[in-house]
Amino acid sequence: MIKAILIFNNHGKPRMSKFYEHYTEDTEQQIIRETFHLVSKRDENVCNFLEGGLLIGGSENKLIYRHYATLYFVFCVDSSESELGILDLIQVFVETLDKCFENVCELDLIFHLDKVHNILAEMVMGGMVLETNMSEIITQVEAQGKMEKSEAGIAGAPARAVSAVKNMNLPEMPKNINIGDISIKVPNLPSFK
Amino acid sequence: MSDVVEKTLTALPGLFDSQTGAAKITNRLRQLVKSITELTSKHEEENLIKQELCAMKEQVSSPNTSMKQMREIMVRAMYCEMLGYDASFTYIHAIKLAQQGGVLEKRVGYLAVSLFLNEGHELLLLLVNTVLKDLQSTNLIEACMALTVVAQVFPKDMIPAVLPLVEDKLSHPKEIIRRKAVLALYKFYLIAPNQVQHIHGKFRKALSDRDPGVMASSLHIYLQLIRESPDSYKDLTGSFVTILKQVLGGKLPVDFNYHSVPAPWLQIQLLRILSLLGKEDQSTSELMYEVLDESLRRAEMNHNITYAILYECVKAVYTIHPKVELLEKAARCIGNFVLSPKINLKYLGLKALTYVVQHDAKLALQHQMTIIECLDHSDFTIKRETLELLFRITNAQNVTVIVEKMLDFLRGCNDEHTIIHLVGKVSELAEKFAPDNSWFIQTMNCVFSIGGDLLQQDVPNNFLRLLAEGSESKEEDDQLRLYAVESYLTVLKGHTSHLPQCFLQVMSWVLGEYAHLQGSVDRREVIRLLTQLLDQRSVSSETRVWILSALTKIPEGQTDLILHLAERLSSSQDTVLRQQAQELLHLSQDSQLHEWVLPRGAPWDAIEVDSSLSFLDGFVSEALAAGAAPYKPPHQRQEELCEDRALNLEPYSFSLPVSLSSCSITDRQSPTLLSVSSGLSGNSTELSQKAGSSTLILEGVKRVWGKDGYLPQKEATAPLVDEPSAAVQPPVQQEAAERTEPRPELSTRNQDKQQLASSLFVGLGVGSSVSLLGRSEAPPPRFRKKPRPHESSSSGTSEKSSGSSCRSSHHTTDIFLYGSFLEEEPATSKSAFDHTPKSTTANGLSQNKDTKEDKHANTSQIFGGDMVIVRPSTIQDKHPPSESSDLTALLPADLKDLPHSDVISLTSDPSLSLSSCRLFRDEALLLLIFISNCTETVIKDVAVQLTCEELKTASLRGNIVDCLEARSTSVCHYALLMDDPHTNVSFTGTVSYQTQPGHTNTLPFSGTLSTADFIRPLVLTTEEYGKLWLSLSHDVKQNLKLLTDAGDPLRTTLNALKDALQLHVVDIIGSEGIVACRLLSGAPCLLHCRVSGAALVMWLRSPHPALPDCILYHCQRALAHR
Repeated sequence: MIKAILIFNNHGKPRMSKFYEHYTEDTEQQIIRETFHLVSKRDENVCNFLEGGLLIGGSENKLIYRHYATLYFVFCVDSSESELGILDLIQVFVETLDKCFENVCELDLIFHLDKVHNILAEMVMGGMVLETNMSEIITQVEAQGKMEKSEAGIAGAPARAVSAVKNMNLPEMPKNINIGDISIKVPNLPSFK
Repeated sequence: MSDVVEKTLTALPGLFDSQTGAAKITNRLRQLVKSITELTSKHEEENLIKQELCAMKEQVSSPNTSMKQMREIMVRAMYCEMLGYDASFTYIHAIKLAQQGGVLEKRVGYLAVSLFLNEGHELLLLLVNTVLKDLQSTNLIEACMALTVVAQVFPKDMIPAVLPLVEDKLSHPKEIIRRKAVLALYKFYLIAPNQVQHIHGKFRKALSDRDPGVMASSLHIYLQLIRESPDSYKDLTGSFVTILKQVLGGKLPVDFNYHSVPAPWLQIQLLRILSLLGKEDQSTSELMYEVLDESLRRAEMNHNITYAILYECVKAVYTIHPKVELLEKAARCIGNFVLSPKINLKYLGLKALTYVVQHDAKLALQHQMTIIECLDHSDFTIKRETLELLFRITNAQNVTVIVEKMLDFLRGCNDEHTIIHLVGKVSELAEKFAPDNSWFIQTMNCVFSIGGDLLQQDVPNNFLRLLAEGSESKEEDDQLRLYAVESYLTVLKGHTSHLPQCFLQVMSWVLGEYAHLQGSVDRREVIRLLTQLLDQRSVSSETRVWILSALTKIPEGQTDLILHLAERLSSSQDTVLRQQAQELLHLSQDSQLHEWVLPRGAPWDAIEVDSSLSFLDGFVSEALAAGAAPYKPPHQRQEELCEDRALNLEPYSFSLPVSLSSCSITDRQSPTLLSVSSGLSGNSTELSQKAGSSTLILEGVKRVWGKDGYLPQKEATAPLVDEPSAAVQPPVQQEAAERTEPRPELSTRNQDKQQLASSLFVGLGVGSSVSLLGRSEAPPPRFRKKPRPHESSSSGTSEKSSGSSCRSSHHTTDIFLYGSFLEEEPATSKSAFDHTPKSTTANGLSQNKDTKEDKHANTSQIFGGDMVIVRPSTIQDKHPPSESSDLTALLPADLKDLPHSDVISLTSDPSLSLSSCRLFRDEALLLLIFISNCTETVIKDVAVQLTCEELKTASLRGNIVDCLEARSTSVCHYALLMDDPHTNVSFTGTVSYQTQPGHTNTLPFSGTLSTADFIRPLVLTTEEYGKLWLSLSHDVKQNLKLLTDAGDPLRTTLNALKDALQLHVVDIIGSEGIVACRLLSGAPCLLHCRVSGAALVMWLRSPHPALPDCILYHCQRALAHR
């Protein structure tokens, strides 16, 4: 079972967090901090698996993570999940986000927290993997999206606005500024080493 | 450059403004995000968010806020919560949004609810109606959302309300709905397994669903079910194999392909299921050899996901019954993994190796050079996994090198979790394989100083216990103790300020107990070293207590030092310390008293604890005479409160809403328990074993092993002199350290590795027997703990009886509390049963004799007041008597008439065969173990040891047989009690015996017992039932299957339950029936059954929270299996 899915950026700022088990608010924050601490100090050329820290449940659980440009995607799972399987699930998740947001970037996740959650809900339900097929996930999300448009024609506007911003001339955005995250796209998703 | 950002951000509002309405809404969020990212400190962020939350609070409470705005507020609240700020005021609005909003708002509302609330949150109750409504909605999206939220967070109590609706969805035309319904049911199964018992058939339908997606989700359920009880699902093996074959053969739609691998995640799940099914089962394993082979063959493409499949496949091959060809292929795969340059694969390869070495240690030999490289790998995870692997291959020959490697790693590691984990392993290895005393003590010293206060408490406990109990040879024990004392003295002479508290505690205990063994060191020196510790600021007050206890134990003659110390401490701020200082003062002045309180050389099992505090009786009677109110135990006080309540005469009605009553009423004790115990309050001696004048008064003495009433064994003999003293760093270890030291020269590096390899993998090669089916017999641990055949599970109150149990050192029986079961005589052989054991003493059990007269007439007997127990005349047995049933002839005469189960065979080896039989006595379950000698020779020293965590052993008899004649059978009795209901409990045990003198064999066995074995009928009248019903608090309601095959469905069903579970049917009125039972002679459980359509609505109540669930579970099983 998947216990938690966390996304945070290189500075440890949470961008999305979803817990499938109940923890108190404080513990959740501690878990995010601890996980960031564990994951961020790892080099690029080491494996993508980690034993869970103290908080996330001891030796039964493990962290499986991927690092894309500015974002870390971390899945905390128990022993009943396959390590490599989850690793590819993260890939599917990111590819799906990329499709849904047309070149996803960190800003998309911030501004469309609810949409990210909805996409995730189509993939993982209550800690169990529901769907791994990208086109199927997109179909489901779009079905909801259509309803969204028919109900409020302008609701799609912000997404368009953000993608307009993204298409502006930003590739040389300095990285040392916090908000500089906008520029860093997930390029063509470097396939797994 | 930063201007660019600024510009972009200032441009953003413009872009949004060009849109209308909704765009403005997101404005707020955007502004919030923007201002947060501009902040520099955490403090500023806090302030900002606080402001934001205030603004939101205002907004949500304003009546003018539109749904759309509310939606936007929710998203902002999610953002704040994600950052860790409390936005609980929005929770109720999230529920409102889900309730009242359009589809769009609903979605945000549900999402917010699932993020904000947990299963136990009270607000969730408000969501139930909304979910019910949406589940019935024709709008697919609404139904989907409802199912999602049900699977994420849903109150356990409310599952019955939505269950039928979710079940209906299993036959919904849309596959996505069916799929989500399956997962929702799985979630229900996880949180409340009893509630979905009846729909297991539907799971099977889901498994054969025409849509592969639905089938895939049902695998989640099956994986879980099969993990819990593989035997029940063996029949599905064929189906799973077929599915996997079809998947492999590309029969699924192309949609399911991922990187042109057909449905990889599905394959992984199927492989896991198959490995669970085939574990230790040859015939089932044979069904899957072919498909596993194909799986191994197909997974050759070079993509990450195929490796995932391959890994599962390899694991499956090694889990199921072995087949040589497959094992060879799997071993090759593991090789590929381990040698892969891809680090993730290397990691998995090591993991696979770790798993496999348990079956085949030789595989590790093949990869020894890779393993050694991995030891020096830069990746922390890889290193750790390698050590894990080494841990598995440790034996007496390579233990020093491996432990050294582990300690090296630990010294450079700062991850708490890893330290705790590894340090435990090091101490385990040290205990098991230590080559000599000095190494053992040195290693444990490292463990304590590295692990420090992170250590699990059982590491120091085990260590001290090992020192205290020792092994068979006194001389060796003393050498070990002496060495420990010496090494600690050396440690204490150095810098002590950095030592962890736990280490200091261990040292002070050991010094206190065993410093006298060391003759050459001055007592004053020891006292000085310990006193020095007391002065250190870093020493915690708990450790000070340990140190003081140690000082109390080092006695005699050093009065001046002690007096000085005691005086200094008697003005301490810490009351505990002050008290101890006082004791120290008194004891040091009165050497006779000291000898009495802290006897040296007294064997630990001779110490008695007067747990009934009978020495206070004088005080109590004086107080009573002076007019004090007699003591009432808490439950009695509570009962009196209950009685007050009972006078309110609530109507006996069944129409209360279940959920509310179950959460609101607090736990109350059952009246039956109370009536029995109320007699006990006044005088404690009635209950206690009279310990007489030998009773020790142990007030105030700090006991290290208080739990078992245990005191360390001490030697009266003079300390051994020939022990080489002060050998702190033994040469052996230095040598080992040198050997593992990597040399700087490159040319010799390789050689070093080779050398390391030979020292690491020694003992794994040809010499060791390789068994595929199990780990080869481990060498006996060096430090063996004394066998303690009957570890009493009842803690503090237990009392070690000395008298008769001294007969054999293996014999300690927990007689306190169960004095009435006291039947303790080691049976010698079958003939021992010719004379009936004196049937019991004292109260209560006189009924044992009554039983014989009673049971034919099946009349009831009075039991503890107004409740009556009926003894069923027969126990229904589903299996026909087997050939071993002649063993029942061996039942002791006094037990022959008790209802009993069939005799089932437990285990056997060429010399012994074991079978068991359950006898149902009112107050306990008697588990009889028949030990049959199958050989023509005499077997000696047969000892049975049985352990079960969940059960209590009230008495045992015949567990030690000195001599078992050829072809004869001995019977061993265990009277087992169940205090807390568990649906099923399993017990394990071993029989040790000697066929030839000095050659001890052990034969392990295990078995399971179900709660049903512990259920006894409870006879009462309808009025009593009604009264009792109202006083019980924990209840559960559930619909059960009604047996409709006979004329009167209710009666048939109840009879079926009665037969299966020994219930007592109190009354049947029309379509309702009331039934009663109890857990042995403990908590009652009342069942109220009503026929409703084709179902039986069962409502259970009990004072015990878990009992109704258990009984319900067994009722469901009983009905399902008919």
